[in-house]
Amino acid sequence: MSALRIQQGSTSHSAYDLRDYHAEVIEKHTLAVLVDNEAGVLARVIGLFSGRGYNIESLTVAEVNHDTHLSRITVVTTGTRDVIEQIKAQVGRIVPVHEVHDLTVEGPSIERELALFKVEGTGNNRIEALRLAEIFRANVVDSTLESFVFEMTGTSEKIDAFADLMRPLGLVETARTGVAALARGSHA
Amino acid sequence: MTRQMTGAKMVVQALKDQGVDTVFGYPGGAVLPVYDEIFQQNDIKHVLVRHEQAAIHAAEGYARSTGKPGVALVTSGPGATNAVTGLTDALLDSIPLVVFSGQVPTFMIGTDGFQEADTIGITRPCTKHNWLVQDTDKLSETIHQAFHVATTGRPGPVLIDLPKDVQFADGEYTPPAKAKVSHYKPRVKASIEEINNLVSLIEKAERPVFYTGGGVINSGPGASQLLRELVDATGFPITSTLMGLGAYPASGKAWLGMLGMHGLYEANMAMHGCDLMINIGARFDDRITGRIQDFSPNSTKVHVDIDPSSINKIIRVDLPVIGDVGHVLEDVLKVWKSRGRKTADTSAWWKQIEEWREVRCLTYKPSETVIKPQYALERLEALTKGMDRYVTTEVGQHQMWAAQFLNFEDPNRWMTSGGLGTMGYGFPASIGVQLAHPDSLVINVAGEASWLMNMQEMGTAMQYRTPVKQFILNNERLGMVRQWQQLLHGERYSSSWSESLPDFVKLAEAFGAKGIQVSDPKDLDDAIMEMINYDGPVIFDCLVEKHENCFPMIPSGKAHNEMLLGDASTEGAIKSDGAVLV
Repeated sequence: MSALRIQQGSTSHSAYDLRDYHAEVIEKHTLAVLVDNEAGVLARVIGLFSGRGYNIESLTVAEVNHDTHLSRITVVTTGTRDVIEQIKAQVGRIVPVHEVHDLTVEGPSIERELALFKVEGTGNNRIEALRLAEIFRANVVDSTLESFVFEMTGTSEKIDAFADLMRPLGLVETARTGVAALARGSHA
Repeated sequence: MTRQMTGAKMVVQALKDQGVDTVFGYPGGAVLPVYDEIFQQNDIKHVLVRHEQAAIHAAEGYARSTGKPGVALVTSGPGATNAVTGLTDALLDSIPLVVFSGQVPTFMIGTDGFQEADTIGITRPCTKHNWLVQDTDKLSETIHQAFHVATTGRPGPVLIDLPKDVQFADGEYTPPAKAKVSHYKPRVKASIEEINNLVSLIEKAERPVFYTGGGVINSGPGASQLLRELVDATGFPITSTLMGLGAYPASGKAWLGMLGMHGLYEANMAMHGCDLMINIGARFDDRITGRIQDFSPNSTKVHVDIDPSSINKIIRVDLPVIGDVGHVLEDVLKVWKSRGRKTADTSAWWKQIEEWREVRCLTYKPSETVIKPQYALERLEALTKGMDRYVTTEVGQHQMWAAQFLNFEDPNRWMTSGGLGTMGYGFPASIGVQLAHPDSLVINVAGEASWLMNMQEMGTAMQYRTPVKQFILNNERLGMVRQWQQLLHGERYSSSWSESLPDFVKLAEAFGAKGIQVSDPKDLDDAIMEMINYDGPVIFDCLVEKHENCFPMIPSGKAHNEMLLGDASTEGAIKSDGAVLV
């Protein structure tokens, strides 16, 4: 989350709300978009982002309800508050889009990402990598005499931190899924 | 009872069930089965255009002048790519279209087959939605859904891509009543809180202005009626975008004329000086706003729009009202009346507006030797006033002059390419309008350069005996390009001459139409009457002043109150930071 996180939760369109000095602050928002799982739907959503010059920091998509053929697209995007509002409105009018939720402003939410790290090395580096993996609760899912593949889930920040630690210890390859997120609480 | 039929037959059946009477199209290998079905029936008229772009523009003209969705049919590959300009035009101007494109059979998709193009991929950003139908059983439902999407909410073009094997295969036909409509149901009623807030603002405003747009037209004739009632009851001045002309009658007392880059002085000054701006169905387009930072600096801004993404996109507004214009106007009127029809005193505001009107910003230097383009349009207006008249335009100076000098009393009478600014729009659009209104006078106000972009449609006009009048203001220039080069590029007229022009009279005669050329102002009236009275297509070659500029003009990067009113005020008017804007 942005260190400059400003007052959030407002959906007001008042010019006076929007014209404050925070207006140009770049915020990071996590959007959950429920869409019909039909051919090309992902292209519609990401085409809108590229066509209108919006950022995509992370993107995940998979069908979440086989009966209703609904997929959930989780997009982490950045922009000024105005731009974020535009993104939500623009995504919301794509025909196969059912719902757009801004998890960043709609209340507390949890975000998780899964990552795989291949770390190559022998001797002390290898021992240190394994020790740090335990601290970070990363699992070893593949091993050779010269390498490990670690699997970990956590917030993007935690994954970044682990990657930073692994880099000097022989990190050779990383795969990340991007963020999946849900609102906290009992309601859907 | 289930009805089995081929996909091709389903297309025709679904069109009939949707009430379609006219389809504009051009055949090709991948749509032959549909053409075969069209051949075997008489309910739907197919109009053969001479280029697929024209099919879409004709369908747009049909749609804008009737309020019904326009329908077009093109083949795969080049047929579909030729349609792209028209689709984009319809998307930017929110025109409901349902376009069918042929496609190579499903088993050939992705093999770079003959006349294969990724039509869905290519048209995704220029349609409201599109569908590739891979199963004949789903075809009829998809077509009904396409009509629903095109005409619901903010209207727009949709496309259905039809692989050839899907057209040949049998499937079950679903009638519209049984078709599953998608979840797509945009909100049309505004909240009562929004309505109350808007009424409160109306009650208190001392310098109000209505700023209306194409959304009023799209909302239907009822919305225009309600707008007239509200404007007349409140006595507030009203201006409109290019797209919204006719929603409020030009003869109405409160009418200020069009606003924007080439809008009227009084309209733009009222926008700049108002304390309450009520935007109804317009979108703060950059042709309207001028320099954003100085746009109407002291007003409370209300924005009524059916599309939430229009809100705060360009101009931050104080009160967004999301809903269909017709519903919103109805509710506003109801609440405003029930609260006692209150308004503040706007007489001082009107006095100010009268002073701005006194500037007479459309004044031009008349001539007895050469036809001024403004004069030609003044005479066209005078001689066709009161007639059952529809006007289309191409894009450029003539378009702006037409918007300034022609008066529209009713909605759906004015068809022009606003958002995309598509040269070549007007001629095919006029054919579409004429086919929808066979007994009306349909005039395409054109420049010679724009008109040449789709001149092949003379064949269509002749074949279907559409007596469209092509009123060409011929200055042998790309007038608006020339004007910008004069103002912005040191009078270096790079490629803005119309070289090697045809003899338009002979061109008309070559197609079997009538050609009229006029160059003397004294002959103009007679020539216009001859054009009107001729029963058939006319190319009217009106040779006008070659170097006339279109004023008023808000130069790029300037504010509403920094308008140029004539040539004398243009020197050094546009600074380099304005020159980068279009």
